[in-house]
Amino acid sequence: MSHEKVEKNIGLMMLLIVIVISFGGLVEIIPLFFLKETTEPVKGLKPYTALQLEGRDVYIREGCYVCHSQMIRPFRAETERYGHYSVAGEFVYDHPFQWGSKRTGPDLARVGGRYSDDWHRVHLINPRDVVPESNMPAYPWLQENLLDEQQTPTKLQAMRTLGVPYTEADIAAAADAVKGKNELDALVAYLQVLGTSIKNRR
Amino acid sequence: MSNFLHWFIIIISVGSFLGCVWLIWWSSRPRPGEASSGEETGHTWDGDLAEYNNPLPRWWLWMFYLSIVIGLGYMVFYPALGNFAGTSKWTQVKQYEEEMQRADEKYGALFKQYAQQPIPQLAGDTAAMKTGQRLFINHCSTCHGSDAGGATGFPSLKDRDWLYGSSPETIKASILNGRNGVMPPFAAAVGGEQGVDEVANYVMSLSGAPHDAGKALAGKAKFAVCAGCHGPEGKGNQAIGAPNLTDDIWLYRGSIGAVKKAINEGRNGVMPAQLEYLGEQKVHLLAAYIYSLSQAQ
Repeated sequence: MSHEKVEKNIGLMMLLIVIVISFGGLVEIIPLFFLKETTEPVKGLKPYTALQLEGRDVYIREGCYVCHSQMIRPFRAETERYGHYSVAGEFVYDHPFQWGSKRTGPDLARVGGRYSDDWHRVHLINPRDVVPESNMPAYPWLQENLLDEQQTPTKLQAMRTLGVPYTEADIAAAADAVKGKNELDALVAYLQVLGTSIKNRR
Repeated sequence: MSNFLHWFIIIISVGSFLGCVWLIWWSSRPRPGEASSGEETGHTWDGDLAEYNNPLPRWWLWMFYLSIVIGLGYMVFYPALGNFAGTSKWTQVKQYEEEMQRADEKYGALFKQYAQQPIPQLAGDTAAMKTGQRLFINHCSTCHGSDAGGATGFPSLKDRDWLYGSSPETIKASILNGRNGVMPPFAAAVGGEQGVDEVANYVMSLSGAPHDAGKALAGKAKFAVCAGCHGPEGKGNQAIGAPNLTDDIWLYRGSIGAVKKAINEGRNGVMPAQLEYLGEQKVHLLAAYIYSLSQAQ
């Protein structure tokens, strides 16, 4: 049988495997780079402020995405709890996006404004103080670590390279905006803006 | 989607299908002169263990072709080929909207009926309160606790002590529009560190908590600046959510340290408005649930 030709010719086999794998990606991924729905920001979406961007880096560093998703799927069970389902245009300034794939904790795509700043502070320092049943780890060091404002303009610059519309003025003001703030301030600022560009229905 | 992408997707998708058909047909085809079955590959292990070079079982091969036919059917039925919407016209958003509409038909009338009842009456409806409890667990327990017992900085809803008043309308207004209980820092106004210490001791004395009587006496005069909100006797003011300081119920723990912190740094209690998240009807039901908790004791 002719399968022998493929099985005994490793170069041909590799070529065929590459074709099979890449064609799926070509069709499913490449068109997304050119669609309006995925490349244009939703109305009202603003780039993260310097403090929020620093908070986002804390979010990534602490691995929040390991237990929290930021992607509300269009199912009633999700929208009743979290709010309007996520749309691609909300994430065009996210590099990389924090959709996550596992929900040990609740989805955070629209956590912004849900709770008070004080709640977030108490909760991040020790989740059990407000939610006795919680199994989320405590992050008490966030309030002790000051942000390094020297790094902030570079971060905004990097985001601008990736297509986030920061102005020169934004970048120039970035260091002062985070000066003296700690990581807890930054993370709370980031959490409080999540998902707020789309109003909840009703 | 542009015309180019439209055809890009169609050509690669359909081409891949045809490629699979060709590959399976070509690789399973006997070569000229090859026996249809029973021939050995010539490999031998352990002396006498040989390997047949038989074609794929026919049933397996036909399953493969069948899966290709099903796949093609899927591409015709669902939106898979570029701009072609599929014969079913299925979209994710449409499916979601249908699901919401079904739920609305099933539960909408119920919530509407609840919303028409006065809160005290609704609080006595066992079935309604079960729904209310589920809403509470989902939307309120994060701050107020799953037993509504509250946490430091987040008031208990099951005692009879209220920051803004106990009437059903007030409870409903708190949920609908939220609350913001602001206490500014008062350290300077009461005379610095010593003044804070004296006023804090006086505040502790109001509820009969352990305190230094001498300092409390000195603090009594300085409490005048606090009286604007907390009242001359420290009994609070529900119109602005200023807590009663004479009972032994504390929002931020009843220690002298916590009281000093409040005077030094102020407090900023925020209850976010829920109208946008829940809608008026569900808020009405939640208000009834919370009202029922305070009535239960």
